[in-house]
Amino acid sequence: MSNPILAQFMNELLSGRLKLVDLTQTLAPEFPTIVLPPEFGQAWPFRIEEISHYDERGPAWYWNNFSMSEHTGTHFDAPAHWVSGKDQPDNTVDSIPAENFIATACVIDVSAESAENPDFLLTIDYVKAWEEKHGRIPERAWVLLRTDWSKRTTPKEYLNMAEDGAHSPGPDAEVVPWLIRERNVHGFGTESVGTDAGQAHHLNPPYPCHYYMHGNNRYGLQCLTNLDQLPPQGTLIFAAPLKIRKGSGSPLRVLALAPSA
Amino acid sequence: MTAPLVKPKKKNPVERTRLSTRPPVPRSRSAQGLTRAAAEGSFELQVCAECSTVQYPPREVCGNCLSAHLQWKPVDNRGQLIATTTLRHSNDLYFRERLPWRVGTVKMAAGPVVVAHVHEDCVADGPVRLTLKLDRSGQAVLHALPEKDTPNMSDAAQLRESTCDPKFRRVLVTDGKSAMGLAVAKAMLDAGANAVFLGDPTSWKANAAFDRLATDPRVQVVELDVTDTDSVDRLAASIGGKVEILVNTASYLRDGGILGRKDVILARDAMEVNVLGLMRLAQAFGPGMCFRAADGSNNAVAWVNILSIHAFAALPARGAWSASMAAALSAAQTLRAELSGAGVRVLNVFPGPIDEEWEQLTPPPKLAPAAIAKAIVKGLQDGIEDAYVGDIAEEIRERLRENHKAVERELGQ
Repeated sequence: MSNPILAQFMNELLSGRLKLVDLTQTLAPEFPTIVLPPEFGQAWPFRIEEISHYDERGPAWYWNNFSMSEHTGTHFDAPAHWVSGKDQPDNTVDSIPAENFIATACVIDVSAESAENPDFLLTIDYVKAWEEKHGRIPERAWVLLRTDWSKRTTPKEYLNMAEDGAHSPGPDAEVVPWLIRERNVHGFGTESVGTDAGQAHHLNPPYPCHYYMHGNNRYGLQCLTNLDQLPPQGTLIFAAPLKIRKGSGSPLRVLALAPSA
Repeated sequence: MTAPLVKPKKKNPVERTRLSTRPPVPRSRSAQGLTRAAAEGSFELQVCAECSTVQYPPREVCGNCLSAHLQWKPVDNRGQLIATTTLRHSNDLYFRERLPWRVGTVKMAAGPVVVAHVHEDCVADGPVRLTLKLDRSGQAVLHALPEKDTPNMSDAAQLRESTCDPKFRRVLVTDGKSAMGLAVAKAMLDAGANAVFLGDPTSWKANAAFDRLATDPRVQVVELDVTDTDSVDRLAASIGGKVEILVNTASYLRDGGILGRKDVILARDAMEVNVLGLMRLAQAFGPGMCFRAADGSNNAVAWVNILSIHAFAALPARGAWSASMAAALSAAQTLRAELSGAGVRVLNVFPGPIDEEWEQLTPPPKLAPAAIAKAIVKGLQDGIEDAYVGDIAEEIRERLRENHKAVERELGQ
């Protein structure tokens, strides 16, 4: 017996009443990877080498080898990524229950504020005002921060590095625990290179989104794109990382289902 | 007097590019002693340990007393031209394209009479200086130069066949953002390079000195990350036909041995830049340089690798990096063999400690990047292929010859 809900879902999708939006950046060598102070270990950027291309190395087939870190390109942060999440159960990409890879999402549009102030920080008040307008954030939902950072196409604009480090928007240190405690969110997602703001090492605690989200066994998504194509409420996100043994995260394809406007 | 070299005209794009040919290659094993001296820019001949007779051409036993104890030693390079002639015909492919060609015999103050390529400014029957140079096939030849420097003497076409002068050439500096890259780019411009392609591996990172240099109209900034095959290929597809000298300044140096770490990530990153980066550049830029190796007065001539004296003797405190230097030297030797068919020279530079951010804790003496850049320019102008720069590099090299085990023990302490 086929399930009528799934059949209806496919009908909605095929008829165009539901749209599928790809929230994934293309993996390419020039896509920026997070930069830490040079004395720390560094995440490998995406690198690709051709194995064969219908040539003497393999006459009928084309394939590549590639290398990158778990945190390169559009990627998923598992709780084990941060020290605060190290003792959480099922905290690595191979052990996270598969049902957690599907969740609804709210998209908070701070693109205007971010254009004006690259260090814009999302606050509790901002979220409350957003809820007034778009409704309460449901339980177990991704909160995605739309900053239009994905439209910054050069590494220079995207990383936005100054002498005092990177400048990009993110949540402040109060809103993250509030979202977990008061709204029981699933995780936090951004368009920039990390879930935290570029200057988040100066917040208390440093990197509050990593610290609190992973410390409470929640997840992170970063380097997302096309958030401008999603409504504030009512999106469904498929975000399943690669099943790396004890992996702290993974590049992945993030797909969103949303009603067509 | 030698006419000054003029800036080459833009290439006629519908003329066939002259392919490279090589002067005769074969030499006896004894004659390779000349190659070693020429490669390092010294003037040496065999001297008999028994009767002190200076030998030429190189041989197995003394031409005077038949002693087998012949030692390579620096000798007096002065001499007198006995006879010169200018060749106007040759059946050799290389020389027939470069006629007329002046040759002659020189009676050396040290004794022997030698056959040499004779500089156009040498006066018949006059005094000359002899110098050992590498020709386009990488073999040692003798050039007779005027007793004293003459104006523009390094511009003489015959001499330029043995040198790799940056003058009027276009140079790719692969990492132009490092202290070394900036110094090399400046030195090349000062030496008369027509253009410098200044590689930028980190376009997101601000660097005031880089930005200042980039305002020079002869400088063209190009994105280049030697760890990214696609980036290297894209740049070669765009400027590969214009690079006449390539200086690989991309470098990765970190402290640390082998047992002190839990991973090989640092070692791998060092190999990615220092070894595989060199190979990627070679695969992308080598063929184009070979194709243009005989293309006019601004032909592609040289490939420069900045290695380290620790390519020969590991510094265990930087063990992973030392391994990458040894591997890079090996790759550079292969590259030299592969480029020699076209006559493109590989100049390997072996400095001691360098005064840069990753050697902050290395005690002086340390080499300023500008000093290494200067040595590179001189090495290209002289046409040598191995340059040991600085007292520490010279000393380690000398001591490796005497007792390489002692060096190994001492560097390990």
